[in-house]
Amino acid sequence: MAKAKITFQDIEQTVNVPAGTRVIEVSEKIGAGIIYGCREGDCGTCMMHVEEGWNNLTEPSVLEEKVLKENMAGRHDRLACQAQILGDCSVKPT
Amino acid sequence: MSNEIDVSSHRDAVEFADGVYWIGALDPTLRTFDIILSTANGTSYNSYLVKGQDGVAIIDTVKENFSDEFFARLESEVDYKEIKAIILNHLEPDHTGALPELMRRAPEAKLYISQRATSMLKALLKPTGDGFEYTTVTTDDRISLGDRTLRFLHTPFLHWPDTQCTYLEEEGILFSGDVFGCHYCDKRLFNDLVGDFRFSFDYYYAHIMRPFKKHVMDALKLIEPLKIKQIAPTHGPILRERPRRYVTHYRELSTSSLSREIGVAEQSLVIFYMSSYGNTARMAEEINEGANAIDGVRVSLYDLEGGETGPFVDLIEEADALLFGSPTINGDAVKPVWDLLSSLAVVNLKGKLGGAFGSYGWSGEAVAMIEDRMRGLKMRIPQQGLRIKLIPTEEELEECRAFGTAIAEEMVGKKQQKAVIDMADLA
Repeated sequence: MAKAKITFQDIEQTVNVPAGTRVIEVSEKIGAGIIYGCREGDCGTCMMHVEEGWNNLTEPSVLEEKVLKENMAGRHDRLACQAQILGDCSVKPT
Repeated sequence: MSNEIDVSSHRDAVEFADGVYWIGALDPTLRTFDIILSTANGTSYNSYLVKGQDGVAIIDTVKENFSDEFFARLESEVDYKEIKAIILNHLEPDHTGALPELMRRAPEAKLYISQRATSMLKALLKPTGDGFEYTTVTTDDRISLGDRTLRFLHTPFLHWPDTQCTYLEEEGILFSGDVFGCHYCDKRLFNDLVGDFRFSFDYYYAHIMRPFKKHVMDALKLIEPLKIKQIAPTHGPILRERPRRYVTHYRELSTSSLSREIGVAEQSLVIFYMSSYGNTARMAEEINEGANAIDGVRVSLYDLEGGETGPFVDLIEEADALLFGSPTINGDAVKPVWDLLSSLAVVNLKGKLGGAFGSYGWSGEAVAMIEDRMRGLKMRIPQQGLRIKLIPTEEELEECRAFGTAIAEEMVGKKQQKAVIDMADLA
């Protein structure tokens, strides 16, 4: 299975994950500072900033775009419960 | 004290500044609000009406079953055709209950809400099937009623994501939504006439605003520079006499008291535990020892058996990291641990560090259950919990000290950087 590396900048930890894993699944297990609420892409709690590898995450859906807008997301912010890891990237809590 | 104002004896609007009226409703018999609040003498749902040369603005409405009173007071002063703007500072049903009917009666009115209120508006109006049009507003957006200007302040999370305040510039009136409000029902309506509502004011803050202290501070930055003559909240007395003191009081209530005791650079770790045979207590002591070895961390150790929930919640609110120790009894953590972990809705735990430990007899589920609860409370669990079967050995006590040290190091950012790890190796 294809692998990718995701780095959580707040705890300076890099994890090797199977491609397609959602960021929140890794964040939760590793104890990084990205926290979650509904896990359904609705509440915006798990918003994170993508420092590197923006294009190595799955594209945001229309619904995710809407929630990001409602939560006044900045450039390169995503929801960790929606974004799936496709290639190497680096993220941190917003 | 004067009894000249008695809004329970009539259904007229009450003018409290030139062209500015209270058109709310009293709910004197309510004894519990939103499940979590006791309301010893009921509450009020305050709605306001502002008249301008070019039309009328309605600010917030009332709970649905108080709609008749609200509409009667509104009709006593204006015709629905005159309503140009409906402003919602907060969309909770106790302030939007009369909205669908108001929109039907005043179809020309424009609805103004915060950006974050949009999805809530749709969810609230689902039962009626009405797709109302709205305009979203944020800080410094203004609407004009000709000779009157209403300016918006973006003050989210007080106490929902959607909340905002509206400031009537010409009169210096802040329509603050639930901020500066309280559940205190008094037909005399104004803070200089009503009974002693200090307890209700602080109690309301403690249950509604306290989890959002950081957001209160952000909002105060917008509110404090305003020239305020009156504060008109959505519950409780209108604050017309010395309104500034309530703003100051909010700042005091939202300021950390721990920072006055320990240095800003120092962090607080609180360890709570329960122990049936002394084994979990032994673990707690060693973890305490290990954490104390790290400079910059102030560690406090508390046996849950010897305390009460309220003060423990106060400690938790200001702590940077929390550890819970519990034995496993019949496959579960013990009740005092759950009692405390289910009493934390009034404080913000987001991003605090957490951890769990405990001695067990045969299965030891408590530790993982506590960790899951802490994750659910939006805490970060940097270190896998520590479980020890029955009586700890010397080596196991050393593990406890290492656990305490690791948590403290994580707090001060001294933890050794780890090599790349594989997802499959994570628990």
